[in-house]
Amino acid sequence: MALSKKLAAGILVSALAAAPAVNAAELIVPAFEYRTGAYAPNGIPFWNGFSDYLTLLNERDGGIGGVKIKITPCETSYDNKLGVECYEKTKQGALIVNPVSTGISYALIPKAPVDKIPLLTSAYGRTSVANGRIFPWVFNFPVNYWSAASVIVKYMGEKEGGMDKLKGKKIALVYLNNAYGKEPIPTLTALSKKHGFEFSSYPVDAPGNEQKATWLQIRRDRPDWVLLWGYGVMNQVSIKEAAGIRFPMDHFIGNWWSSSENDVKPAGAEANGYLGSAFHAPGAGFQVHKDVLKYVYDAGKAVDPSFKDRMGEVLYNRGLVTAMYTAEAIAKAQELHKTKEVTGEMVRDGLEALDITAGRLKAIGFDGLVEPVKVTCANHEGPARGAIQQWDATAGKWKLVSGYYDSDREVIDPLIKADSEQYAKENNVTPRDCK
Amino acid sequence: MFYREAGQLKTSYASDMAILPLREDRTLVFAILAIAYLVVPFFLTDFWLSAVAIPFLAYAMAAMGLNILTGYCGQLSLGTGGFLAAGAYSAYKITTAFPELNLVFVFLAAGLCTAIVGLAFGIPSLRIKGFYLAVATLAAQFFIVWLVTRVPWFTNYNASGQIQMPGRTILGYQVTGGAISGTAQYLFALTFVAVFALIAKNFSRTNTGRAWMAIRDMDIAAELIGIRPLYAKLSAFAVSSFYIGIAGAMMFGLWLSSVEPSSSFGINQSFLVLFMVIIGGLGTVLGSFLGAGFLVLLPLLLSVVLVDWFGIVPSQAKHAEILTMGILIVFFLIAEPHGLAKIWQTTREKLRLWPFPY
Repeated sequence: MALSKKLAAGILVSALAAAPAVNAAELIVPAFEYRTGAYAPNGIPFWNGFSDYLTLLNERDGGIGGVKIKITPCETSYDNKLGVECYEKTKQGALIVNPVSTGISYALIPKAPVDKIPLLTSAYGRTSVANGRIFPWVFNFPVNYWSAASVIVKYMGEKEGGMDKLKGKKIALVYLNNAYGKEPIPTLTALSKKHGFEFSSYPVDAPGNEQKATWLQIRRDRPDWVLLWGYGVMNQVSIKEAAGIRFPMDHFIGNWWSSSENDVKPAGAEANGYLGSAFHAPGAGFQVHKDVLKYVYDAGKAVDPSFKDRMGEVLYNRGLVTAMYTAEAIAKAQELHKTKEVTGEMVRDGLEALDITAGRLKAIGFDGLVEPVKVTCANHEGPARGAIQQWDATAGKWKLVSGYYDSDREVIDPLIKADSEQYAKENNVTPRDCK
Repeated sequence: MFYREAGQLKTSYASDMAILPLREDRTLVFAILAIAYLVVPFFLTDFWLSAVAIPFLAYAMAAMGLNILTGYCGQLSLGTGGFLAAGAYSAYKITTAFPELNLVFVFLAAGLCTAIVGLAFGIPSLRIKGFYLAVATLAAQFFIVWLVTRVPWFTNYNASGQIQMPGRTILGYQVTGGAISGTAQYLFALTFVAVFALIAKNFSRTNTGRAWMAIRDMDIAAELIGIRPLYAKLSAFAVSSFYIGIAGAMMFGLWLSSVEPSSSFGINQSFLVLFMVIIGGLGTVLGSFLGAGFLVLLPLLLSVVLVDWFGIVPSQAKHAEILTMGILIVFFLIAEPHGLAKIWQTTREKLRLWPFPY
């Protein structure tokens, strides 16, 4: 009886003290993980990569600038409501937030300037945050969805023998019916007007297990190219269905969240030749992987030790790259403000002044994995370049099959301007001056 | 000993017909209200506000709405998610079209729009009953979510299809948007819920409420004694959808500020609110609150206890939480099929007699 009373009191006390005690000399980086739910197959590799890189920095370098990094994980299951709850729970002392979910990003965008914590939505989230004048607290470098759509169209044009050969072709988009999936539609519509191809879109309701009807429709409509903008279990179902209607895999391009190992492996050999866009290289042959193996896995510090053989997966590398951007921003903040213990505001300045050169990439072991990045006050999107990768089912590996393309700024910049100005009008945001 | 009913004599008809005739009950309810209004705001951190208080109040409102329909009138409905969406999107359209309109009127207008929608989807209830009606209300769920996704007018032609609540103030304090005053937002939501709980409690004592309960108990007998099913059932749908619409506006405006229809108002929301009503207790206002507390606050408490207190990895804690919630739901329904409100009622009856056994 007394024990359960004590337990009840203890639970009450701990429930009241919801935020854990914060050690002053630590860099707090929250991780809104999704290792459960329909999107777990994509979440687990990403968050392993993210945690592994920050653990590597702690083990190899003693943290950033000598201050250890503390990752505070919180499970969101990719649900917007749990994402907001996790944000409120972990924001005490947080330096930078990576929601890794477009839905959660939208919910957090109005909170970032109020709580003074920058939001890094690398290659996802609200596309128009590229306009740094209206969104000073949100960043989406090195590339966003509209640039992705443009890069994919450029690759298609190249394969067809020139952008003018796209005229009259049919391009279909199969997308997850939420904010993330709808992102490329305005750009693809604008590009279809510019290049003269016919664009049609096929929504799939979350979580996307039922797609027979969609793909039967595609078999009837016979597009020349199909784009996939899915996430979680939807991807593998789409690829299996496409193989089922015998759609040529080398004309089927997923975006970078729809082209990872767990999306193509269920379809087996039939997924051979499936394409995907990318903004970093796949594979585990880079210097950073060797360091992670040595300092994290072999030292027993990995958050998921069973993942050792899966290092180098597309989403694992993405976690590494996102963690690298986070760490570089914190380091830049320390350098700009000449202090080791930085705050969210200083990290925001660090993000805006970020200039990761090729030399720096080589020094930190990311040479060849990702391209250099430069962020400015007005341009939070950075270089806005992407490449195309292809799945080799026999070797079981992804490989980059193109160089990095520039996105079509002529089409995308006006769209970004219009969308961000609508946000500014609806939410009474005054655009700031960018020197 | 707790209930000293001797000497509590009623000297007027009004006091005889009070909702809470016993002084001890009144004291309890006023104490809870006093704590909610005067004590809680001082302990309200951002986390407590947006993860505990506002979700609880919004879901309590939705549960009250569904309780009116399913508990008082006996019409099973699985369209709650759709009506929540209708409330959220009508609130969005109204406040962006009339930015100067007071937020109270925006919410009430959103409730009215949802009531009209609910009225339309309530028409099948005149011909079908029970589980078949539940399937017909699924049409509301899927149609409304499809409509707001498909027709760009509802999202003000936004490219991504997500709507964002602009900042609005009440009496000078900002309650929606980014830079909110937490206490103001909480008190605003609490006042809405308290007022509408009182209205819901009074409904069971009106002609309309009694007509609903007659329809629930035996609709053919009700029709025979002169209660018109059309007015009763459609008014139940209208009032219920009014409550659910306001709950949807609260979810969108106060809690999430940015919603996408498929994840925030999907079929899972309909089931969640239905479970709240069933586990809380059909046909009682207290049941709505208890059910909302059980299904909103208990998972949160479990995750806080497992992750912060026992230090379990968050993803494992999530699996454990889902498992535990399922077991608790089964346990409570076996222990007391009439819900948590019945447990309170039984406890209260025992307290009235304590320490005597009868």
